[in-house]
Amino acid sequence: MLVVGCPGCDLLQRIPPLPPGATARCPRCSDVLASRPRGPAERPLALAAAAAIVFIIANTATLMELSASGRDSSTTIIGGAYALWQQGYLFTAAVVAFCSFIAPAIYIAFVLAVLLASRHPPAPYWVGELARWAGFMRPWAMPEVMLLGILVALSKIADRATVAPGTGMVALGVLVVLLAAIAATFDPAEVWTRVEWAGGRRPPQEARSAQSSQSTYGAPAQ
Amino acid sequence: MNAALNTAVQSAVQSAAQSALQAGLASCRVCGLLCRTAAAAQQGDWGHCPRCGVQLVSRRRYSIQRTWAFAIAAAICYVPANFLPVLTTNEPGESETNTIMGGVISLYTSGSWFLALIVLIASIMIPVAKLAALAYLLVGVQRGSAQGSRDRTRLYRAVEFIGRWSMLDVFVVSFVAAVVELEPVLSAQVGPGMPYFAAVVILTMLAAKAFDPRLIWNGLDEADGRAHG
Repeated sequence: MLVVGCPGCDLLQRIPPLPPGATARCPRCSDVLASRPRGPAERPLALAAAAAIVFIIANTATLMELSASGRDSSTTIIGGAYALWQQGYLFTAAVVAFCSFIAPAIYIAFVLAVLLASRHPPAPYWVGELARWAGFMRPWAMPEVMLLGILVALSKIADRATVAPGTGMVALGVLVVLLAAIAATFDPAEVWTRVEWAGGRRPPQEARSAQSSQSTYGAPAQ
Repeated sequence: MNAALNTAVQSAVQSAAQSALQAGLASCRVCGLLCRTAAAAQQGDWGHCPRCGVQLVSRRRYSIQRTWAFAIAAAICYVPANFLPVLTTNEPGESETNTIMGGVISLYTSGSWFLALIVLIASIMIPVAKLAALAYLLVGVQRGSAQGSRDRTRLYRAVEFIGRWSMLDVFVVSFVAAVVELEPVLSAQVGPGMPYFAAVVILTMLAAKAFDPRLIWNGLDEADGRAHG
């Protein structure tokens, strides 16, 4: 039985060990207290590895092509930020670069690192810190907003020139699905239960056995 | 989690529903571990989390002040964001300059009323709704309101969830500018309103992040505390 303070309303409550696929919610504010994903432990790792590959494809392939009166041009994801930079809008370019490229790249890389490093608990302390940063990056990584933005951009130009979506668009669509799937199977907050305590202190033996019953993925503690 | 610590924590939890703050406990802001706060908590020293070592706090520090600051800054930027042009498209003999609202209208007149509606909601209505909702939540917390805490928490969660969709127009303009490079046939220039609009989106997202939803329940917790003892 684990006691927590609800992150949404600070109400104290005890959480019983959860069966796979279960979510514990606060009875007062209905915020999620804890969840245990269904499915094998390796699922989020497989999804994160796939997301890393698709992210590289999405950023190297052509996003869309445009042609009018025998002239044509094309762009990639980072081309959006680059165009703003070229026109002198440095702040906006930085915002677009962060939300379209930097935040998703950090999120995917950190999730991969966390999942790989926490397979055999206790994981080193930095794993918890990386998981926390992955959580910070998640709301700023907005491939789904960007995808909709590109669709609107395409339809804005469509009556003036011939536009064609490229491979990058398909990869971006797949990336949106993969990131949503990672969010559904990976809980950054849960990683802390498998992390070595500050100052090299180990959780007591009793705690670690309680921890393994809490553990949602990864090898059980020794 | 640490069983020894959790036993100590369990003994502090009484049968009646109470908040961690009332029980002299605090959830670590980094790792979420429920910890006993130091005896000197009233003087502002809450002690450290034994798991990750950071300083404990019961509520996000200066949450109300920081949320107000971000929200007011966003409201100021909202004015130039909507009155300055954000995009100019040039064709031979024809040039079209649009504000955010102008972009919505041109989408509507070109026949895509559905996309026009999405952009209208994401770019114009969501930022205003977010600022109004945050102001309402802040005033409720500052007045110590104990009513409708559940609905106010839902409102906060909605604000947090929809905020990122306002970035839509920033992406629209940046990708139009990136792909429309067919001088002299067709070209596009970003307008001076764009940085302000991007600032509105960033600032409203930061405002939502700075707000601590647990403050919403302080009023009810205090009223309950008085009722029980």
